[in-house]
Amino acid sequence: MAELTLNTIEKKSLRDEYGSLIAELGDTHKDIVVLDSDLSCSTKTAKFAKRHPERFFNMGIAEADMISTAAGLASAGKKPYASTFAVFATGRAWDQIRQSVCLSKLNVKIVSTHGGITVGEDGPSHQAMEDVALMRVMPNMTVIVPADANETRAVITESLKTPGPMYIRLTREKFPLIHGEDCGFKLGKSRVVRDGGDIAILACGYMVYKSLQAANLLAEEGISCRVINMSSIKPIDEEAILRAATECKALVTAEEHSILGGLGSAVTEVVCENNPTPVVRVGMDPVFGKSGKSEILLEKFGMNTTAIVKAVHRSLSLKR
Amino acid sequence: MEYTDDIGVLKNIANDLRVDIVKCLTKSGSGHPGGSLSAIDMLTALYFSRMRHDVNNSGGDKYDRFVLSKGHAAPALYAVLARCGYFEKSCLDTLRQVDSILSGHPYAPSTPGVEVSTGSLGQGLSMANGMALASKLDNLDRTVFCMLGDGEIQEGQVWEAAMTSAHYKLDNVIAFLDNNGLQIDGPVKDIMNIEPIGDKWRSFGWEVFEIDGHDIGAILTAIDKARKVTGKPSMIWAHTVKGKGVSFMENKVSFHGVTPTEIELETALADLAGE
Ligand SMILES: Cc1ncc(C[n+]2csc(CCOP(=O)(O)OP(=O)(O)O)c2C)c(N)n1
Ligand SMILES: [Mg+2]
Repeated sequence: MAELTLNTIEKKSLRDEYGSLIAELGDTHKDIVVLDSDLSCSTKTAKFAKRHPERFFNMGIAEADMISTAAGLASAGKKPYASTFAVFATGRAWDQIRQSVCLSKLNVKIVSTHGGITVGEDGPSHQAMEDVALMRVMPNMTVIVPADANETRAVITESLKTPGPMYIRLTREKFPLIHGEDCGFKLGKSRVVRDGGDIAILACGYMVYKSLQAANLLAEEGISCRVINMSSIKPIDEEAILRAATECKALVTAEEHSILGGLGSAVTEVVCENNPTPVVRVGMDPVFGKSGKSEILLEKFGMNTTAIVKAVHRSLSLKR
Repeated sequence: MEYTDDIGVLKNIANDLRVDIVKCLTKSGSGHPGGSLSAIDMLTALYFSRMRHDVNNSGGDKYDRFVLSKGHAAPALYAVLARCGYFEKSCLDTLRQVDSILSGHPYAPSTPGVEVSTGSLGQGLSMANGMALASKLDNLDRTVFCMLGDGEIQEGQVWEAAMTSAHYKLDNVIAFLDNNGLQIDGPVKDIMNIEPIGDKWRSFGWEVFEIDGHDIGAILTAIDKARKVTGKPSMIWAHTVKGKGVSFMENKVSFHGVTPTEIELETALADLAGE
């Protein structure tokens, strides 16, 4: 992606895209039902509620009940999409996701919004920095972190065709559109969004964009970065990770999530067991965030372009 | 499959199932006799008289559903399902063994006739609601039955679900409360009092039928009445005895999750044989 276009790129809301798309899909897929726990205006499921009131269930402020009810709906043949903020979806209802949904491998899609620190001013109580880890360890669970609105569209469309539990993490903020309308999303597959040979940056969510920015800066120093969108966190694209490890011999991961248990851990697990390669993780230390503007928080907690550039230098210094 | 209105026959079935429960629990060496024995008369009334179900079409559209929210009473459910023919009765001897289809708690992927997995208390009523909502959307004439423990209703999610059933007017939900008065650490009223039970459910918008949970006739009548209720869910509030039918287990906290020894089994079988 050319340097210039990166700065002027259009931003679009992932959750708006989800809300519109699920409402649209509801027209043709009568088995879709949507549940929310009093956040439908924020998660944008209100669009579905308006268009298909009979198939929308507001569960009140009761996330546990929402997830188990979704399990019951799925067990009776419906395709439930349950939405709330990431912090509540995965934290409040972890046991319900485990016991009611995943144990029986039920077709429940959990589409959370407000994942990550870009939640901003609402502060640490609302910033889910552990949700991907919580969902990744869960048997039978698929975990996807789309990078932009176009990819969100592709992921939601794909989710409808993929039976079984799935966690899709969206955000509050609008993100730059790094993908075209046909983003080529496939479950378990990553995509190289910028090619390069000195180092590979494996990123997800907003950090794909930040990684592209970092790659531009690094190119000025003569460092050629490969940037890979790893939106499919589970199943993960082992092949692409190992190819990057073999060809570039140094890796960086970048995610808007704790450095524990998320994409960084997933990539490290793959390379350690197959082709030990330096991996430097960009993400949040396991601390709680703060209230503030999202870009300021990303800088403060080490998830911005500068942090990625630093991580690249460090990973290169470890390269053998 | 046996299906009858004859109370005497149902009583005999329940007694046979009690025998199956204590036998398989003695064999497995772990599991929950007390809450299985308190629930078995209600399960018998459901599976052998009132619930519409089909061994060859488990979970099918035309049939009712049952969710054992108090999943630790799995032996009672398994004894019933075996007798109905969902699987071979000999499977009961493999309860809790590694290659068995019968997990310690109901595990849907492995056991025919089990629609959802339970064991983590407090989630079953929500799942039953989900099934009931789906059935309404599909215009199915299906009743979803759900069995709760009295200790279990200390879980907050039960009350979230209680609101949901009433809010969505789920008259196709009929729940049973196995009110045996005991939980693991002691009497429910000492651990965390749940009274007044009837008032609580009524105030949450439920129709409540209070019965003796070991009186098969009363159970059948309550189910019939509950089926006629419209616009709201029904709770069959059943007074029961934990360990019912086995003298040394009755009303004993200690037999919540402890299985009989071989010697105790003989006493239990003698009790159940009416000796
Ligand atoms: C969420 C959860 N917490 C704790 C337990 C452990 N546990 C199993 S049975 C039980 C007591 C249940 O008492 P009650 O609901 O009264 O059942 P019953 O007396 O019918 O056996 C507990 C605490 C559990 N299974 N699930
Ligand atoms: Mg009890």
